[in-house]
Amino acid sequence: MPRRLKEIVIKYVFFLFASISIFILGLIVAFLFREGIPIFSVVSVSDFIFGLEWYPTFNPPSFGIWPLIVGSFIVTFFATVIAVPLGVLSAVYISEIAPSWIKEILKPVIELLAGLPSVVLGFFGMVVLAPWLQDTFDLPTGLNIVNASFMLALMAVPTISSISEDALYAVPKEFKEASYALGATKSETILKVIIPSALSGISTAVILGMARAIGETMVLLMVAGGAAAIPESLFDSVRPMPASIAAEMGEAPFRSEHYHALFATGIVLFVLTLAFNLIADYVSNKFKEVGSATL
Amino acid sequence: MSKIAQGFVISLVCCAFLAGAAAAKENIVVNGSTTVLPISQATAEAYMKRNPGVNISISGGGSGNGIKALIDRTTRIANSSRPMKKEEEQLAASKGVKPVAHTVAIDALTPVVHPTNPVNDLTLEQLSLIYQGKITNWKEVGGKDMKIIVISRDTSSGTYESWQEKVLHREKVTPRAQLQASSGAVVQVISKNRYAIGYVGIGYVNKSVKALTVNGVEASAKNALDGTYSIARPLYMFTDGQPTGAVADYIRFVLSPEGQKIVKQQGFVPVK
Repeated sequence: MPRRLKEIVIKYVFFLFASISIFILGLIVAFLFREGIPIFSVVSVSDFIFGLEWYPTFNPPSFGIWPLIVGSFIVTFFATVIAVPLGVLSAVYISEIAPSWIKEILKPVIELLAGLPSVVLGFFGMVVLAPWLQDTFDLPTGLNIVNASFMLALMAVPTISSISEDALYAVPKEFKEASYALGATKSETILKVIIPSALSGISTAVILGMARAIGETMVLLMVAGGAAAIPESLFDSVRPMPASIAAEMGEAPFRSEHYHALFATGIVLFVLTLAFNLIADYVSNKFKEVGSATL
Repeated sequence: MSKIAQGFVISLVCCAFLAGAAAAKENIVVNGSTTVLPISQATAEAYMKRNPGVNISISGGGSGNGIKALIDRTTRIANSSRPMKKEEEQLAASKGVKPVAHTVAIDALTPVVHPTNPVNDLTLEQLSLIYQGKITNWKEVGGKDMKIIVISRDTSSGTYESWQEKVLHREKVTPRAQLQASSGAVVQVISKNRYAIGYVGIGYVNKSVKALTVNGVEASAKNALDGTYSIARPLYMFTDGQPTGAVADYIRFVLSPEGQKIVKQQGFVPVK
């Protein structure tokens, strides 16, 4: 085969493989919308999103997912509050401070955390953390926002840590050298030069970590408690969107209003994760540190 | 939890077995309610032991899932803890599927609390008010001064629907209720929580929780059968049309004295 032809063939084979995944994603999105849209002939978009009552099987049913949206946002927010310092600081330690032998242990261990099946984390939250929280703080229930946020934070830390570390690593060496040359100490260099230069990458890491948390299902199903009401305290139970979908889909009659409402909840979730990803993309492109000057 | 895990293992084993064995074996696929799952598993094991020519693979995806699978013709038997809904009957009719219900057992729903809870009995009225969120402290029903944590099943489960019909008389469950995805999870949560009340089929009651009597009547096979225990419901296996061949034989086995003995061993009430 002539070399040119070979190149062309290879090019199209790769194009084909790349297209397959886009095609499949497209099909899934189309399916999601096809199954979700019909609910809006029963309930208006604003009543669906801002409705306060989720009684999908009641007669007459009410399909208001506001308590579920609030549940999702609250656990994601607190998970981020816990995971950002843990993730970013461990990335700084690994990339800038740790001696290489510690780095070689720490890095795979954090990545291993990402590989923990979520059902295992959920089980831990349910059987270990929940009774502990309940006994220690004398709470009526250990399956609450605090427990869910903590478990989600554990899942978001590896994402945040490894992407932040890449960002820190990508800071040009000249920046560091220039800082040292001006007589800055190591801590001054890290805090005032390296972290600010890597800030866009770190922001991307945080947003992707949040996207990971908001879509997480199993852990929330097991430890969030599943109460479809707007919480009044941090120790109340919530019912985030993915948990609601996972718990109810199996029993909802096929193509019933309830079934369509669950798919519509899926659309809301999809739009949210998409938004997170677009923001991450925008932030990483917009504030990218480009080029470095050398003598 | 462990029952569900068992179910997965059994279906896996069945699949592996099927792949290895000759294609001549007849395969029966069973899908549906997690409440009926233990009955299906135990009877299928006993049945397969006597009829090595038949494989039964079981999964518990929920009553709605099972019925959907029956309508899609991806399962031969759909387990369900509730009768079919009107929309499901219409869908079945439109696809030419004629579901036939076989009542295989009766389940008595039992309110359960933490073993240290001093309350032993609740009236149906008290249960209803607790689940509506109108009674919120155990001292209102003769217990300690403690908040009541209401645990319910998901609003779409068959167990929940029976509870809503028999206890709540179609009133709404409080939105503060914690919803658990399986009966096993309810037992798990109650056993760890002094404040909680939940409900499960009597097949799921074990030593880690305390079963309450309702209106002074204990949830037992005898009381469910003679109607003195009021929170009881039939459990079904649905087939497409009157069953034939191995499916008919298996259902006959479930309804036989031996099959019904297994139903009883699993903690349910036999129908015969």
